[in-house]
Amino acid sequence: MEKKDIIQSFKDSLFTGLIALALFGPIVGLRTASKGEGLFITPQWGVVFLLVGLCILGRFLINLNSVRKTEITSFSKFTSKFSAITEDKAKHFAITAILFAVVFPFLPFTDRYFMDVAIMILTYIMLGWGLNIVVGLAGLLDLGYVAFYAVGAYSYALIATTFGWSFWICLPLAGLFAAFFGILLGFPVLRLRGDYLAIVTLGFGEIIRIILINWYEVTNGPDGITGIPRPSFFGLPFKRSPDEGETSFHLFFNLEYSTMHRIIFLYYLILVLALITNYFTLKIRKLPVGRAWEALREDEIACKSLGVNPTNTKLTAFAIGAMFGGFAGSFFATRQAFISPESFTFIESAIIVAIVVLGGMGSQTGVVLASIFLIGITEMFRDLEQYRMIAFGGAMVLIMVFKPKGILANRKPTILMHGDKK
Amino acid sequence: MSNLLSVENLTMKFGGLTAIDDLSFDAKNNQITSIIGPNGAGKTTVFNCLTGFYKPTNGQMFLHKENSKISLRKYTDFKIAYVAKVARTFQNIRLFPAMSVLENLLVAQHNELMVASGYSLFGLLNLKSYRDKEQLAVDKAKYWLDIIGLTHRADDNAGDLPYGDQRKLEIVRAMCIEPRLLCLDEPAAGLNPKESAELNKLLKFIKTEKQTGILLIEHDMSVVMGISDHVVVLNYGKKIFEGTADQTKNSKEVIEAYLGVDE
Repeated sequence: MEKKDIIQSFKDSLFTGLIALALFGPIVGLRTASKGEGLFITPQWGVVFLLVGLCILGRFLINLNSVRKTEITSFSKFTSKFSAITEDKAKHFAITAILFAVVFPFLPFTDRYFMDVAIMILTYIMLGWGLNIVVGLAGLLDLGYVAFYAVGAYSYALIATTFGWSFWICLPLAGLFAAFFGILLGFPVLRLRGDYLAIVTLGFGEIIRIILINWYEVTNGPDGITGIPRPSFFGLPFKRSPDEGETSFHLFFNLEYSTMHRIIFLYYLILVLALITNYFTLKIRKLPVGRAWEALREDEIACKSLGVNPTNTKLTAFAIGAMFGGFAGSFFATRQAFISPESFTFIESAIIVAIVVLGGMGSQTGVVLASIFLIGITEMFRDLEQYRMIAFGGAMVLIMVFKPKGILANRKPTILMHGDKK
Repeated sequence: MSNLLSVENLTMKFGGLTAIDDLSFDAKNNQITSIIGPNGAGKTTVFNCLTGFYKPTNGQMFLHKENSKISLRKYTDFKIAYVAKVARTFQNIRLFPAMSVLENLLVAQHNELMVASGYSLFGLLNLKSYRDKEQLAVDKAKYWLDIIGLTHRADDNAGDLPYGDQRKLEIVRAMCIEPRLLCLDEPAAGLNPKESAELNKLLKFIKTEKQTGILLIEHDMSVVMGISDHVVVLNYGKKIFEGTADQTKNSKEVIEAYLGVDE
């Protein structure tokens, strides 16, 4: 490496530091605190310099890495290992991951907090897999996916609280409702593509949320819906003292009562739902409709010239993607027992899209890795309180720098003529 | 030889611009009909009208079956390929670049496979009836890949093929919908002489072995003169000449349209 290059990359990182200073200066540096009669500004320049320093160092290391052909830093070793994950190895990873997920609740270090995080990650994985059908396969950028999540959650909550039907009846109904809304959104956006489609779907997500806030008679507005029934284990509720004539889970299996039973059940519930989503997507990708989705993503005009009906193809993608969003939504409702429009803001859509895009468009395993990475990192820094979104942003930047096409970007053909020789 | 396509008084206007002006011509079964003309003569517009991408301002286009004829005006969009069985290729290649060669050919058989898969239901259940149909579709794809000599690359991405192979793949992909009329928009553009010769061979094979009429837009005169049975010459949206390749070569009007008139 030449001296010139080092100076060049140093200059470049100083410039990055300047931008970081301009951003972090006001955002982090000036903190308002209420003391006595008013708001006072407490400067915290130490934190700012730490963050700016980190940015300069990070940028400098990236620059060095791109200039040097030989890799010396452990940093670049880490990234090369990271990029060595391919779809072939992903298969072993998938089997290991599923086994790990199955035994996870019984590992010695697993406590309530870990279970909650795991359930959250699994919910995002399921949402990511659902959205992957729309964005990854059909190539329709949907920024309002949270709308279907909300429709699923509210359908479940309203049906369950009004009619008192069990989770297992309400779940498919919620999925159907969400699919119906998927088609409802699909019709007006059939002619749109790219940025225009993204804007309309974004609007759709907001419309659903605003309807939920304002349609007080049905949705109970911003107060939300409370007392949503919990799911039961094949008719056995998870209650300390069951109602008259009922047997609860711990009595039936002769166990000590523990709130963990329900958590573990919820964990397996979302795991099974997510795996169903995955299995379904992997299957349908290899069917004509799945291939038509991908063809539509590649070139819509060519599709038409081959007699593929773009309307039906797009609508099925929207409907099926929305259906899985709806399933995830009803799971969310039954887990929380309380839902309000606040849970379905745009940031949720953005996180799900980020998971799909950063995971590698269309890659199922990529979604898992991106969910664990993004949600996990954000959780790890929970102590940072409002700054933990910085960790989320940092995780996104890391993926974008090292894997600009997503963690797993290589696509495997859905059908092979010569068999699997590689 | 029977008529396959008749275009009658076709006119296409874009605002004040008349791209095609009262054009009439016929194309016959098992023949290659070429449409030639200088740039901007309206050749691609004719194709876009025939294949349902544009709705013509005036005129009729009929596709003849044994004893009946169907009006192409009635079909728009994907139905031209699905119902009327008119296939086309594009001036700028439009493959599905990130999908494998085989997948490209299977998407062309989408409608039959969709029915065979019970609109995905039988496919999800993995029924034998569907798997058999899928195997038939793969066999058909293999048949065409053997002809263009690309079988060994069936599992590679279509976008990774050399340019000439992509051209040929686009043509056989269109053939996979078993068209009655195949419209080729400048298939020889960007090909070297060897590849052009291979293209001629492929088109002659389709013409003689398949029940398909070919409509060809081309600038490469070695292709046009080598394989055309019938040539239609356009200039400024009007037909200025129609005849065999030899007649066209010696036509005064055609030479004037291409080279200009001596003042």
